[in-house]
Amino acid sequence: MLRQLESNRLQSLGACLAVSLSLLMASPCFAQGTLTEAIQQIQAVSREAQGHELAQKALKVLASQSGDAVPEILASMDKANPLARNWLRSSVESILQREQSENKPLPVVPLGTFLLDVRHSPEARAFVFDILSQSESAQVKSLLPGMLNDPSMDLRRAAIQGVLDQAVAKAGSQKDAAALLYQQALTCARDVDQIEAIVTGLKTLGHKTDLPRLFGWISKWKVVGPFDNTKREGFDRVFPPEKEVNLSAEYDGKTGKVRWTDLASADDYGKVDVNLPLGKLKETIAYCYTEIRVDRAQPAELRLGCKNAWKIWFNGQLVFGRDEYHRGAEIDQYKMPVELKAGKNTVLVKLGQNEQKEDWTIEWEFQLRVTDAQGTPITPLRAGVPAPLTASH
Amino acid sequence: MKQLFTLVSLAALMPWATAAHWTQFRGPSSNGTMPGTELPSTLSKENGIAWQIDLPGRGLSSPIVLNDRVYVSCSSGPKQEKLHVICFQASDGRKVWERTFRATGRTMCHEKTSVAAPTPTSDGERIFALFSSNDLVCLDLQGNLQWFRGLTQDYPNASNSLGMSSSLVVTEGVLGAQIENDSESFSAGFDVKDGRNLWKLDRPKMANWCSPTVLTTSGGKTLFGLQSGKGVTAVEPRTGRIVWDYKDGASPVSSSAVSGSVLYAPSQGLTALEFSDSGEPKQLWRAGQLRPGTPSPVVVGDKILVMNDGGVLTCGELATGKRLWQLRLKGPFSATPVAAGNRLLAVNEKGLAQLVDVSKPEGEVLSELDLAQTVLGTPSLTADGVYIRSDARLWKLRR
Repeated sequence: MLRQLESNRLQSLGACLAVSLSLLMASPCFAQGTLTEAIQQIQAVSREAQGHELAQKALKVLASQSGDAVPEILASMDKANPLARNWLRSSVESILQREQSENKPLPVVPLGTFLLDVRHSPEARAFVFDILSQSESAQVKSLLPGMLNDPSMDLRRAAIQGVLDQAVAKAGSQKDAAALLYQQALTCARDVDQIEAIVTGLKTLGHKTDLPRLFGWISKWKVVGPFDNTKREGFDRVFPPEKEVNLSAEYDGKTGKVRWTDLASADDYGKVDVNLPLGKLKETIAYCYTEIRVDRAQPAELRLGCKNAWKIWFNGQLVFGRDEYHRGAEIDQYKMPVELKAGKNTVLVKLGQNEQKEDWTIEWEFQLRVTDAQGTPITPLRAGVPAPLTASH
Repeated sequence: MKQLFTLVSLAALMPWATAAHWTQFRGPSSNGTMPGTELPSTLSKENGIAWQIDLPGRGLSSPIVLNDRVYVSCSSGPKQEKLHVICFQASDGRKVWERTFRATGRTMCHEKTSVAAPTPTSDGERIFALFSSNDLVCLDLQGNLQWFRGLTQDYPNASNSLGMSSSLVVTEGVLGAQIENDSESFSAGFDVKDGRNLWKLDRPKMANWCSPTVLTTSGGKTLFGLQSGKGVTAVEPRTGRIVWDYKDGASPVSSSAVSGSVLYAPSQGLTALEFSDSGEPKQLWRAGQLRPGTPSPVVVGDKILVMNDGGVLTCGELATGKRLWQLRLKGPFSATPVAAGNRLLAVNEKGLAQLVDVSKPEGEVLSELDLAQTVLGTPSLTADGVYIRSDARLWKLRR
């Protein structure tokens, strides 16, 4: 059934939406006002159990609905926060389980229609993909080639895996075809493990990849330090760069006067190693500063990986900070939404090193990039502080 | 008499605490055993496995068992961001229902552990599941969501980049959780009915992977025992009020065992603390030679057993802490053994289950069963069988 949808997605989409709508309006199984109200009450759940009392009652209303209500409940995930989305998806699972126990068929067409409509929440669509995969696995998988650039990272990942599998199969005998498939996958991949698999495949075929450019690392920085972090107390202490970034200033550091200096990373994975200019120090704080320029205002994410304590300011505003040391780091460990201004934007990173002496606590580094919500590096973007070395933060 | 009163009180507080139920990490008394159960006399691949079933995701949480149902948590996806709670029929392993959720907190963890590390619990009416992402789920026994909390949404720095693993406990209508880490470290009591905070207590800013316990005093009062690297703090479940605070340090990995009104804490080796309705606990003994590694202590009749990560099993006298014997098992181990009667079942990280007769003068390995998968999670035990899970499979061993 879903193969037909694939062959003419738009036509099917329109037809199925109409069918779904008519079913929705004609269904005797629920009162529209009650359903809408119940959805709104679940959408209102928020931090520290706010809204739970009403949402619990609303959940019973949702769970008692017929399968016809499922597309509307799924669509309500579009405007729900991450907590509410979990409440809503659970109600869908309850409905579908009950219908299955009553030997009612899975509403494949409405669900497939929902899946194909990229305007819906990526999470909701991936959830529908999983539901359909349980009974319509082959048909659902046949839709994947059209999802290489899907807004849902889950669906995109599954689609890319198909291309990767093809590339691997061709790598032995059809090297050029394999390389093109890898390149196709590389333009779409955003998950680090997939990117690494693709880059390795290309390397095997004799093709190099510019990893820093691919990931979009911010590699040009100014650094100043060390400041004192004895007993980890420097994390909360406000040192001069937090009040004002003056790149020509001289400060009282932990062991003497300190000045801003250049720090550029050539690492494939963008690691900005503060040990290089400052030495392998302990119980210290460093600040790194850079400017990024974009041609238009847009939402973005600062994506940071760091195993040291850190704080980050964007355009002078503290975005987040974390006083955890040496528990591990990975690419895109922390994703922080920000609003880029057209023109110059400033980034200040405070980086803390603690007292531990073990080999695995030497690192004093971070990696940062600026992407959209899907993890695509923002372009065009210029990073670094142009001469002369003056800026106000 | 005190012991009898405690058992009667426990039964009154937890009517589901019978040999048919294993509703939390290391069983109803958090000591790896349960009266009225037995372990098999031998392990056998041919006759010893009642059923086995593939799981949809990773996990080192223990299965919990309530009546004829087994509940398991898993995590799947490239970042383990998909969270599963699955209910199986205990008799044949048939899946009864499955609920999935999307992590709202950070899922990063060390490759050896997983997001489904904390063991769920049940109050007999509800299933509670916590994940390393600090997502906290409450379902009824039919799988209907009762409430969902994203604790990292509430407290953004409450996480550990190596992963969290502390399991849940429940008593008196309060769900207890230790969300303890280097940064925004706390423990909390949640109302089982709606998930709201009844209390939230700042805790030492240090990584902590061990699990809380429910302590029942000889007078029938219950407390939550909160263990950390600093020691053990007992709090009232309904209010979080600190009743006593033992400050001699404790393991942040292996958890205390409870038997009657004595807490056996992995502190300075092993320390036996008798607790009462009021005042500080009384130290009964301290045994530097009983030093647990990652696995937690297990109480077997009049014995207490500890194991290091390499597989050296040390048996001590429960009443005095005197070391009785040592037996080297085939390690390494992460999972805590379970025990019943005179037998102890330990499953190493390679999936080799080893059955030990602890009544023998030096202990004796009776039988082995190679499950041929990495097993890091502690088994669960009922009168009906033993449940063991890996990252990919759930087994039921016949009793």
